[in-house]
Amino acid sequence: MQNTGLSVKNLSVFYGEKEAVKSVSLEFSPRQVTALIGPSGCGKSTFLRSLNRMNDTIGGVKTTGEIWIDGHNINDSGVDVVLLRQQIGMVWQRPNPFHKSIYENIAFGPRYHGIRSKRELDGIVEDCLRRAALWEETKDRLHKSALALSGGQQQRLCIARSIAVKPKIILMDEPASALDPVSTAKIEELISELKKEYCIIIVTHNMHQAARVSDRTAFFYMGKLIETGETDQIFTNPVEKSTDDYISGRFG
Amino acid sequence: MDQWAVKQDGNKPNLIRKPSKQHIREEWVGRVYTALCILFLIVTIIAIVYFVASRGLSTFIKNGVSIGDLLTGLKWAPEGEPALFGALPFIFGSFSTSLLAALIAAPLGCCAAIFMTQIMPGAGRRYMQPVIELLAGIPSVVYGFVGLSVIVPMLRNIFPGQGIGLAAGALVLSVMILPTITTIATDALAALPSGLKEGSFALGATRWQTIYRIVLPTTLPALLTGVVLGMSRAFGEALAVQMVIGNAPHIPRSLFESTSTLTSVITLSMGNTITGSAHNNALWSLALILLAMTFIFVFIVRFLERRNKR
Amino acid sequence: MSAKTANRVATAVIVLVAAFIVLLLAGLLGYIIFRGLGHISLDFLTSAPETIKAGGGIGPQLFNSLFLLVLTLIITIPLGLGAGIYMSQYAKPGRLTDSIRLVVEVLSSFPSIVVGLFGLLVIVNLFGFGFSLFSGALALTVFNLPLMVRITEQALAGVPREQKEASLALGLSRWKTITSVMMPISMPAIVTGTILASGRVFGEAAALLFTAGMSSPRLDFTDWNPLSPFSPLNPFRPAETLAVHIWKVNSEGLAPDAAEIAAGASAVLVIMVLLFNFTARWFGRVLYRKFTATK
Repeated sequence: MQNTGLSVKNLSVFYGEKEAVKSVSLEFSPRQVTALIGPSGCGKSTFLRSLNRMNDTIGGVKTTGEIWIDGHNINDSGVDVVLLRQQIGMVWQRPNPFHKSIYENIAFGPRYHGIRSKRELDGIVEDCLRRAALWEETKDRLHKSALALSGGQQQRLCIARSIAVKPKIILMDEPASALDPVSTAKIEELISELKKEYCIIIVTHNMHQAARVSDRTAFFYMGKLIETGETDQIFTNPVEKSTDDYISGRFG
Repeated sequence: MDQWAVKQDGNKPNLIRKPSKQHIREEWVGRVYTALCILFLIVTIIAIVYFVASRGLSTFIKNGVSIGDLLTGLKWAPEGEPALFGALPFIFGSFSTSLLAALIAAPLGCCAAIFMTQIMPGAGRRYMQPVIELLAGIPSVVYGFVGLSVIVPMLRNIFPGQGIGLAAGALVLSVMILPTITTIATDALAALPSGLKEGSFALGATRWQTIYRIVLPTTLPALLTGVVLGMSRAFGEALAVQMVIGNAPHIPRSLFESTSTLTSVITLSMGNTITGSAHNNALWSLALILLAMTFIFVFIVRFLERRNKR
Repeated sequence: MSAKTANRVATAVIVLVAAFIVLLLAGLLGYIIFRGLGHISLDFLTSAPETIKAGGGIGPQLFNSLFLLVLTLIITIPLGLGAGIYMSQYAKPGRLTDSIRLVVEVLSSFPSIVVGLFGLLVIVNLFGFGFSLFSGALALTVFNLPLMVRITEQALAGVPREQKEASLALGLSRWKTITSVMMPISMPAIVTGTILASGRVFGEAAALLFTAGMSSPRLDFTDWNPLSPFSPLNPFRPAETLAVHIWKVNSEGLAPDAAEIAAGASAVLVIMVLLFNFTARWFGRVLYRKFTATK
């Protein structure tokens, strides 16, 4: 059971001169799925990437504001980014398994974090693959290349890989947008399963998906957080007019 | 599941603030190692410039030869009485061979590039590309050998003279720099936005009109970059030229007369002079001229590239 | 002349030039190989050269070239990889990085004869390594390093960003990410580039005239103690390479069959370079298939 949530205060992200995220404050609770929705270019992906400081890897990005996790502001200069990222898993739009075997994809992280015993690693691999509902499909070919899996399987492998280092929070950037409907359903099922343990933040373009998987929804527009609340409330009874317009498909 | 949870979370309850040492050491090793490698590169280039310059300048400082005499003097007699250090024939030889080589290779290279990108891209990539790469891979001594055993006798049969000389040098060099020019021209032409060409075709222009009026003018700075890089390679090439140029220390009166370049003089004489002697120092001065020309070529290329970006 | 005729003429000229270049290469290779092939025999490849008699071989030279290449790669690869990783992963965009890039560019355009002279002055005389394989290897390193840096930099730039980010998101350090995730993916490009660069090193002569030297001691191919002065493995002995030998035979060869020896040696050199070229292509394809394997 994880009790770690995330608290964002006045977060702004600049690409050079351009302010991509404008002073956003938002709370994320443990064991809940929060969906970030909004039209393309509204800053939701940039916002997501600043939560594990992945924007640091791109030159010319400046971040201001505070992100609190377990009583620490991760934007402090003294924070060890490497250890921070171990606690915050990430899943990308396109499945990006390492060019290694299925087994290695999972074992890679834990081994780096100090687990050397083969027995322990075997246990982790099996456990993570089971939780990603991938064990039955892959147990006979664990040492074959992960790139031979289908797109949906690859994406579940990526989720399994991220939980293998025991994160507290999982960030997902449109995790199902490159997948077919059947694979998408499996991913959504997996998300519902994982939220029993993790704080999950998911960026999505798919309104139905947001309605299906999330507990809370935040609507972004032009870099600003327009509205946030219980998913039911946002979808049935939004306060802001632009939220209503977006959800009912009048723009975006 | 819980065994390793204890291992990670139990030992380091506060992972964000209490960094483990391992990855910090690792990161440090990586940074220092790669920085040292790059430092080695920088130190090397500074050392090359410093040592060549200090030796090359001692001709003027220690041996009292004036820079003007060296650059414009026509007579090279470093062991003579009085010793004369007129390097103009070599400077002339270097410039004329590389210019001529560029004049021959540039149209050929541009045609090859147009062929590969505009006329038959499929065949171009399949056959032309490997041909160009192989031409680039042939060692310069082999070019020199072929020049000596094919081009020189051929020139001797057709034109007056011994066959060795400026023309032979320029011909050998032109084949050697052809790959450089072709590769850069091909990259430039391939990078051209296709809309530009289609717009011209849509107006009813033929392929040649499009190439001539739209493609070539737009890519001109890049094509020139290729030519300058080719010239720079020709200017610094030593052995192939030395083998076919004849090595007479004077300005030739025709294309088919023996002459020398900066590199050929250095190649031939450096081993036969005593370190610290005036003759030896003068050879270093020639090397310094080569080095200076390298910088000039690099800056011309940079200038052209900046023009190209705009 | 109408636009259509001009188009036809211009196209014909361009196609002819392209055909000419292909024929030029075919002619060059054909000439070198057929002219030299008649002279190549096992004896020619293994026996020592003669100075004034006919019938000399190129055995020691061939060995020297290969050994020198190995020495050069041992020095160049770690340096080139390190510097390339620095340029592509650690260097922050800005003035400093721009000037380092300029330095690499300048170094790559230095004439190889100047690199050789620098080697003579600093490595041979100042450091006192004398005319030796080791001096030659260092000079070739200077000559080859900028290329290695560029190969590494481009290979790493070709790694998808998501691969790097996936590793960082697992809490791996940047260095571990580079060595364990990015390097394996860029390996085909690096290996292919290195083999091609090796071909260039193998044929280089100007940088070696004044560093590895223009003569070879009588080698004793039964003595494999690297410290013995006649051992082929001693890196501190002078060593004339195949390319240098071709130059020397052509410009001052006294043996009556100098022209034949030059032809044979040129053919061997070109065949070796072709081998490097084809190996690079083949290896690149195999590695590419292996790393992006679907099975």
